[in-house]
Amino acid sequence: MKRMCITVMSLSRSAYLIREGFRSISTHGFMSFASVTIIMACLIIMGSVSLLTLNIDGMIKNLEDQNEVVAFVDEAYSEEDARALENRLTAIDNISNVQFVSRTDAMSNFMDNYSRDLMVGIDETVFRHRYVVQLTDIALMAQTKSALEAVEGVAKVNAHLDYARIFVTIRNVVTVVSLVLIVILVFISIFIMSNTIKLATFNRREEIAIMKMVGATNSFIRLPFIIEGLVLGILGGGLAFLAELGLYQLVTGRVVTSLTGSFIRVIPITQVALPMFIAFMGTGILVGVFGGVNAIRNYLKV
Amino acid sequence: MVEMKDVKVVYQSSDTVALDGISMRIDDGEFVFLVGPSGSGKSTIMKLITGEIRADAGKITINDFNMRKIKRRKLPKVRRTLGAIFQDYRLIENMNVYDNVAFAMRVVGAPNRVIRKRVPYVLELVGLDGREKRMPNELSGGEQQRVAIARALVNNPRMIIADEPTGNLDPVRSLELMLLFEKINKEMGTTIMVVTHEKELVNALEKRVITIENGRVASDETDVYYGYELK
Repeated sequence: MKRMCITVMSLSRSAYLIREGFRSISTHGFMSFASVTIIMACLIIMGSVSLLTLNIDGMIKNLEDQNEVVAFVDEAYSEEDARALENRLTAIDNISNVQFVSRTDAMSNFMDNYSRDLMVGIDETVFRHRYVVQLTDIALMAQTKSALEAVEGVAKVNAHLDYARIFVTIRNVVTVVSLVLIVILVFISIFIMSNTIKLATFNRREEIAIMKMVGATNSFIRLPFIIEGLVLGILGGGLAFLAELGLYQLVTGRVVTSLTGSFIRVIPITQVALPMFIAFMGTGILVGVFGGVNAIRNYLKV
Repeated sequence: MVEMKDVKVVYQSSDTVALDGISMRIDDGEFVFLVGPSGSGKSTIMKLITGEIRADAGKITINDFNMRKIKRRKLPKVRRTLGAIFQDYRLIENMNVYDNVAFAMRVVGAPNRVIRKRVPYVLELVGLDGREKRMPNELSGGEQQRVAIARALVNNPRMIIADEPTGNLDPVRSLELMLLFEKINKEMGTTIMVVTHEKELVNALEKRVITIENGRVASDETDVYYGYELK
């Protein structure tokens, strides 16, 4: 019976505290609006930089994929023998795909690319059977080249090691710069967001002091602020997600269409929507809740 | 009940000795005025009682709680045995009269049905029945202070401490308020401690008067007039 009374009491108390959290959002309307706006703005900036980085990284990866390695098969090998090498090549580490090109196809490709007049009097035996090899990681191109050369039947391997080095350098620089930028932005955003929430709770220090005076426990005072922070965080995160989604579609839809055919390939919205939603909501909720709790910490020390 | 023995408080920031080995005892059911010039240590005593500050030396017991040893998280328990009233009323501006009083009960986890019975009773006791829906800014100073008294009373505290409660009121309202304190003290047995500067009020009620000067008890007498002269 006693336990039932306590449960009823805690339920009515929890309901009151949750109601207080919501009531406080409307009572302090302007500061709630400011908090949501700041959370939104910071998340949109962070999200935009992250999406830009992801796309640049994707484009570099795309360029890397085009930087193929060509393994020429020994002239003495018949087409059948040359094709038999495929399994041994794919077994090598760091090779994502191999494509066999017979000497007939190689000659045909050559003629497509250059003038047919150049090939007068020359037959296809000038060309070798070959494999066009794509790598998983371009940074390991030199090792993979050596491994390919070690395969019996492979006469020569053409690999643009210089290009590979340049791509790897660019990719590393972009990764480091964007990571540093995102970390700085995260800190600045958290600072701005928690200060806005701090400002929002500053006006309520008197209310907190009265609560303390009449014997409220710290957890009783904190809970409405946690509820409030949670709701503001969800609102800020959700609105920022929708805005970012619209912005991304607008930019990728309009600007990039004009550059079709170039190396620019954007990551489709369907691929980024879910991780972006989780990141935005998570950050919004974390900042809202911790910002709120942190902001009132000093007032609770009395 | 308040018991202090050789209590010393030094404010480290300014190296000021606020209380210099003060000793006093206020028993349950007493009505006491705490008087003394500005800076004598009255506010420090109030802060010691509510647990806002801690004594540097001596022994202090408030309603059976040892305030020298009490853990911070246990302070709400002490405060629930006290009702505090201030010169500036300290009401929550965006809550009406009823909610300002009910709020103190919600804080201690009182069920709604108890709140619905108790709040109107206390508001009637302090003469505010019919004003439940009014907001604090719609009330006079005297009425606001009555709301603060109702809030202090609603949890049936063992002791009410009032810091310059009449500081913003005219003499007639001030006397009414003191008579209300006297009624609460007599009818409910609640211990009352009032910090004040107002000589006429102290003289009118003829209660125990503790005079504080330079962080010490200068006099402690019952049924006498104001214990010190303003300089």
